[in-house]
Amino acid sequence: MRPITNLVIYEEDLSRINTCLSSLQRKARSAAVLLIDTSGQLIASAGETDALDTTPLASLAAGSVAAAGALAQLLGEKEFSFVFYDGERKRLHLSLIGGRAILLVLLDQNSAVALVRLQVKKFSREIEEVFTELSKRPDPVAEEGNPLAKPNIGEITDDDVENLFGKG
Amino acid sequence: MSFINYAAREINCKLVYYGPGLCGKTTNLQHIYKKVDPGMKGKLISLATESERTLFFDFLPLELGAIRGFKTRFHLYTVPGQIFYEASRRLILKGADGVVFVADSQLERMEANIQSLADMQQHLVDQGIDPDKISLVIQYNKRDLKNAVPIDELQKALNSRNLPWFEAVAPQGIGVFETLKAIAKLVMQELQKKT
Repeated sequence: MRPITNLVIYEEDLSRINTCLSSLQRKARSAAVLLIDTSGQLIASAGETDALDTTPLASLAAGSVAAAGALAQLLGEKEFSFVFYDGERKRLHLSLIGGRAILLVLLDQNSAVALVRLQVKKFSREIEEVFTELSKRPDPVAEEGNPLAKPNIGEITDDDVENLFGKG
Repeated sequence: MSFINYAAREINCKLVYYGPGLCGKTTNLQHIYKKVDPGMKGKLISLATESERTLFFDFLPLELGAIRGFKTRFHLYTVPGQIFYEASRRLILKGADGVVFVADSQLERMEANIQSLADMQQHLVDQGIDPDKISLVIQYNKRDLKNAVPIDELQKALNSRNLPWFEAVAPQGIGVFETLKAIAKLVMQELQKKT
């Protein structure tokens, strides 16, 4: 898989990913599932996410997986296949998908770890397929002249940047 | 690495504040957190030691306004500045779209600045990022201190690329938003240039 310098996701990609995440969340009987870019940005989620602060959750999960990866290398391992946090009521299962994304599964008291691991393996393959297709698609942001490349943001002016920050 | 979500019409970018220990990276984020409208920011998360030194990173998500209908999000990170956290710094630079190098203006920190800048360049290379191409601005912090080195000397030592630079006194907020707006603009321009 060639590295993607920028991750560009369209409606149909997100729809496929959302379908996968919803099925995983249901079949694993987990509370919630988050798909996170390895740089810490939330891509999609399913399940009971309303009460979750998903942005820092995604960032911290990415930091945790990155640290686990670095620890693995220090120990001569290629990677650790998953990271697991075990709390009194909540548990977290974090795993890498193709070195490109992180699957976070939030388990509650009704979830079984073995079932989660089984379903994560199965759905990781499906999600990896989506990323493999994304990587085969010309990188629209990097490819000059590609009409798909245009986020249509036009010329960025000082006023645009000022407006972004409001009265900040 | 920018994440453009056409389905939700969102652009997400990662900005990293880099620099030697105690140069004021966390103070920059704390000031931004304090001043930004509540609706535009998430929680400021600091993974710090008991003595409030950054252990892994600080994280501040900003949900800013829109540009041409694309909601713009910037995720601000700091690295731990202390020398022995080198491995962590490398990890945090992963996927960075822009970097603010925060230099400590004090004479006795010149060597630490130079060392930190060299480390940053090496870590960017390790992450597959061209240090000469990434959006980068320099902030000369602690300009209010008596032992602050003159700007032209700092420029000679740290800014051979003639990058945008700003003087700052981060605890007072001087130069903090100027720096952030400059890196935000560079990152957005880079995104546009590539398209």
